[in-house]
Amino acid sequence: MNKLIRLLPLVVCLALGGVLYQGLFLNPQELPSALVGKKMPDFELSTLSGETVNAGDLKGKVKLLNVWATWCPSCRYEHPYLLEIAKSERVAVFGLNYKDEKEPANQWLQQLGDPYVFSIFDQQGTLGLDLGVYGAPETFIIDGDGVIRKRFAGVIDARVWQSEFLPLIEQIEAEQQGS
Amino acid sequence: MMTLVKNSKLWLSVLALLGTLFLGSVQASPVDTYEFSDPVTQKRYQELTKELRCPKCQNQNLADSNSPIAADLRQQVYNLLNQGKSDMEIMSYMVDRYGDFVLYRPKVKNMTYILWFGPAVLLLLGVGVIIFILRRKPQAKEKTTLSAEQQDKLKQILKD
Repeated sequence: MNKLIRLLPLVVCLALGGVLYQGLFLNPQELPSALVGKKMPDFELSTLSGETVNAGDLKGKVKLLNVWATWCPSCRYEHPYLLEIAKSERVAVFGLNYKDEKEPANQWLQQLGDPYVFSIFDQQGTLGLDLGVYGAPETFIIDGDGVIRKRFAGVIDARVWQSEFLPLIEQIEAEQQGS
Repeated sequence: MMTLVKNSKLWLSVLALLGTLFLGSVQASPVDTYEFSDPVTQKRYQELTKELRCPKCQNQNLADSNSPIAADLRQQVYNLLNQGKSDMEIMSYMVDRYGDFVLYRPKVKNMTYILWFGPAVLLLLGVGVIIFILRRKPQAKEKTTLSAEQQDKLKQILKD
């Protein structure tokens, strides 16, 4: 018994070391969104092409809401992959043009291609604030009931799509077939 | 000519010194200033922006950070204060959008018990261990002292 107690500090040290070691590999930017499991906040804003839209206009069984801006270099990097996702027609892709200017944003879509059903023009960042957006690119997965299921901060590429998006999209599709 | 060069060098260094002085003040100055109708609201604004963490630059609070999102959130705190919202309402407004993470002082709940009470428990444990060790020592000493019989024997031996 006494011998076991002597080993206690070593065991505690090893356990603490293990916990801290794991911490080295965590990404502090990966924050859980406070909105996961909640309804998409309502809004009334114009799109980049000038129509007024609200939360009800985000139609589709599974949809992505991609936060982008022309001032965001990573968005440019992500753009070709978004075009590919849109082309596959598996999900509806909506854009949230975040704290940007209308003209360069429209130019960007003309030059690089437009993956979005429409892009909400959120110049003041009000919808962004309601969504807890703190940068771009960020992408939300919203299900058929308008509930936010995931928030992903960062660039979507093939690897991220496979590991972070597809499993959840399949799950949502299965849920909706069941109901 | 020589003196002129020397002089200009001197001036340059004086300028550089002055420059560093200004640099310091630029970094420390608040990023934006809001007008408040009364000092109480201003105080509340300062407290709130100190308590709220910037979601982008994670080791700074809103008051410290220069990032655009921090400026937006400061603006929002200012707006909410002007709408007459209470501190609690403003805090929960932020938590609803950015999660518990925006609070520099985490809430006391199941998940954070270890955070709040862990250090105190560890301290108590440490104190307990120290008391335990200190109490045990005198006993060990008693054992090494000799009994009356042994003392007599020792004296006898020493005499011889």
